[in-house]
Amino acid sequence: MDIVQDKTAETAKSTPAPGTSDPGKRIRVSTRDVSVFYGEKQAMFDVSIDIPDRSVTSFIGPSGCGKSTFLRCINRMNDTIDGCRVSGVVELDGEDINRPDLDVVELRARVGMVFQKPNPFPKTIYQNVAYGPRIHGMTKNKAELDEIVVSSLQRAGLFEEVKDRLDQPGTGLSGGQQQRLCIARAIATRPEVLLMDEPCSALDPIATAIIEELIDELRENFTIVIVTHSMQQAARVSQKTAFFHLGKLIETGDTEQIFTNPKEQKTQDYITGRFG
Amino acid sequence: MSDITASGEALPSGKNVRELVHQSLGRRHRQETIFKSMGLVAILVALGFVAILFSIMLTKGLPAFWQANLHTQVYFDPDIIKGGPRPVQEAGQSDADYRQQDLAWQRQVTLSNWNAIVEQTVRDVAPDTDAEKRDILAIITSSARFKLRDMYVEDPSLLGQTVPVTLLASADADNWVKGKLARDLPDERQQLSRSSRDLADQLLADGDITFDFATHIFTNVDSRSAPASAGLAGAFMGSLYMMMVVIVLAVPIGVASAVYLEEFAPKNRWTDLIEVNINNLAAVPSIVFGLLGAAVFINYFGLPRSAPLVGGLVLTLMTLPTIIIATRSSLRAVPPSLRQAALGLGASRNQTVFHHVLPLTFPGILTATIIGVAQALGETAPLLLIGMNAFIANIPASPLDSATALPVQIYLWQANENRHFFEARTSAAIIVLLGLMIVLNAIAIVLRTRLEKRR
Ligand SMILES: Nc1ncnc2c1ncn2[C@@H]1O[C@H](COP(=O)(O)OP(=O)(O)OP(=O)(O)O)[C@@H](O)[C@H]1O
Ligand SMILES: [Mg+2]
Repeated sequence: MDIVQDKTAETAKSTPAPGTSDPGKRIRVSTRDVSVFYGEKQAMFDVSIDIPDRSVTSFIGPSGCGKSTFLRCINRMNDTIDGCRVSGVVELDGEDINRPDLDVVELRARVGMVFQKPNPFPKTIYQNVAYGPRIHGMTKNKAELDEIVVSSLQRAGLFEEVKDRLDQPGTGLSGGQQQRLCIARAIATRPEVLLMDEPCSALDPIATAIIEELIDELRENFTIVIVTHSMQQAARVSQKTAFFHLGKLIETGDTEQIFTNPKEQKTQDYITGRFG
Repeated sequence: MSDITASGEALPSGKNVRELVHQSLGRRHRQETIFKSMGLVAILVALGFVAILFSIMLTKGLPAFWQANLHTQVYFDPDIIKGGPRPVQEAGQSDADYRQQDLAWQRQVTLSNWNAIVEQTVRDVAPDTDAEKRDILAIITSSARFKLRDMYVEDPSLLGQTVPVTLLASADADNWVKGKLARDLPDERQQLSRSSRDLADQLLADGDITFDFATHIFTNVDSRSAPASAGLAGAFMGSLYMMMVVIVLAVPIGVASAVYLEEFAPKNRWTDLIEVNINNLAAVPSIVFGLLGAAVFINYFGLPRSAPLVGGLVLTLMTLPTIIIATRSSLRAVPPSLRQAALGLGASRNQTVFHHVLPLTFPGILTATIIGVAQALGETAPLLLIGMNAFIANIPASPLDSATALPVQIYLWQANENRHFFEARTSAAIIVLLGLMIVLNAIAIVLRTRLEKRR
C-alpha cells in the first residue's frame, strides 16, 4: 500500500505536471494525505491521489470503504455534515480548496455532484434542471434557459419520457428517472469537474448505456470522477481507476492496468470477486 | 460464509416457520384490536365533551341573539323638544363659529325630556295601562332616549311628526318576557314592579313586543347603564388590534429566529442554552407575561394602560415560543438530502434556505401561527394585569386607545350582577369567540391545502 501511495505522491506536484499514467494531461484535482473523521471515528486515512483533466476516473471498493466520503472532499460537501472533519490538502488546479478565503459557492459551481441517492427538488422537472443555471445567472433569457433544460434532459436520456410533463413535480418520477433528472440537473450548470456517485445504480441497461455515452462525451471537455460497484462499468468508461478499502486508497493507476495487472493482492481479490 | 450456513441449521425450517408465524398471528391481531378500540374510545370521549360544551353554549347563548323589541309610533312633540329649529350657517359665519352654535343647539336638544317622549311612545300602544312613568320606562332600555334624540338630530324636520320606531326592551323586561324569571316570586323580590310586568306581558300578547335578531351585539360597545344594548364591538376591535400586533410581530420574529437557530447558527453551548430557554419560555404561565408587560411596557416604556398595543406585545411574547418551536421542528423535518442537493449545485446557504427549505415548512409555520394566534385570542389572564379589564364605552380607534378583548369581555360579563341577563350574553360572547376560532382554523386549513397542492 505504501509503495503505491509513495509513487503517486512523487509524480504529482501542486503545479500541473504530466502524470505518469496520463502523459499530456494535466492534473486537475490533487489530494495529499486527506483524512476524514466522523466525530471520533476516522473514515479515511491519508489518501493522496491525482485526478487528470479530461478523463474519467473511477472509484471502486467494497461498500462502506469511503468512496462517497472521499468524493465529498472534492467539493467540500463534507462541510454540510455535522461532526465531519477533513484534514490534509485538496487542490483544484493547484489551488487549495480548503483555504479560508475560498468561496465554497463558486467551488461547487465548478465542481458538480450527482449524489448516491437521487434527491430531486420537490419542484417541477423544469425547475429542477433550470435551478443551477438560474442562480448562477448563466442565461440571458427564457429561450436560452429552455434550451439548456431540454438539452440537459436529452443528454441524460430523460427528455423523451418527460417532455410532456416538464411542469410536473420531479419527485413524482420513478427512482431511475429521478437519478437521470439529478444527472441532468448537475450537467446543466456545466461544471468543470463532475463527481458522480453511483449514477447508474437504479438504471436499466439501456439508460445505463445512455449515461455512459454522456460520460464519454463530457470527458472531451471536463474531468469526471465516478463511483461505481460495477467492474464492467469502471472498465468501460474510465481511464483511471482507484481502489479503496476500509478508508484507505489501496491502489490507483490506469484502468487497464488495474483490471489486468493489479499490483496489490487486495485489488486482485476485489476485482475477481473474492471479497466485497 | 460457512458460519452462516452452520447457524442456519439452528433456525426453524420451512414448515416450522409457518407454524410459528401462525401462532404469533393471533397475539398480534389481538394487540391491534385492543389498541384500535382504545383509540376509538379516546376519540369518542373527546368528541363527547366537545358536543356537551357546544350544546351548553348554544342552548344558553343562542337565545341571547334574539332580544325583545317594542314596535310602536313616536311623536316628536314640539312642546317637549327644546332648542328650537336647528341653526343654519349664515353667510360670513366661520365654520368654527357655526359648529359651536350647532353644538349648543344639540345640547339643548339633549336636555329635553326625552323620557317623557319614550313614555308617550309606550302609552301609544298601551293606552289603557295603569302603569306610572317609572314603571313604563323600566321596560324600555335606558338608551332609548338617545336613540330618539339621534333620530331627531339627524332629521330635525321630524318635529311634530309621528313615525314608526322600534325600541329595545330593557334587560329586566327581556328576562321577564323570555320567562327566565320566576313568576311566582313576591313583588319585593322582583326586578320589575307589578305594573311593569303586566305591561310587558300585555305588549307581548298584543304582538307589540317581538323578538328580533340583536345586531347591536356586533355593533355596540359594552354598556352599564343600558345592559340590554351592550355589545361586543369594542372588545372585538380590541382583540383584532391585538391579533394584528401579534401577527405582524410574532410571525416574522419567530420564523426568523427559528431559521437562524436551525440553519445558520453554529451548534454550540450558547445555542443550546438559547434552545433550552425558548422551551422554558413556552412553559411560563401566561399571567407572568402580564406582569412582565405591566413592568416593562407600561412602567418602563410608558405605553398607555389598557391599550391593545401593549396587550399585543404581551401576547407576542407569549406566542413567540410556540411559533419558534413549531417552525424549528418543521425545518428539522426537511430531509438533509434536499439541502445537499441545493448546496451541491452551488446555491448559497441563503438561497438553499429561502428557495428550498423554507417553502417546505410553510404549512407547518402556518399551522403554528394559527395555533399561536388562536391561543393569544383566547388569553385573558395577562390582559387583566395590564388593565384591559377596564370598562370602555368606546370602540378603540387605534391600538393606542383603551380597549378590552373578547375573552376579557366574557370574563366581565359573567361577573355582572344582572345574572339572568348576562348569563346568556356571556354564552353569546363565547359563541362569537368560538366562531372566530373556527373561522381562523378554517382559513388555516384552506391555506394549507392550497400551499400543499401548489407543490
Ligand atoms: N454522516 C456520517 N456519519 C457518520 N459516519 C458516516 C457518515 N457517512 C459515512 N459514514 C461512515 O464512513 C464510512 C464510509 O462511508 P461512505 O458512505 O463513504 O462509503 P461508500 O464507500 O460510499 O459506501 P457505499 O458503496 O455503500 O456507498 C462508513 O463506515 C460509514 O459508516
Ligand atoms: Mg457511497
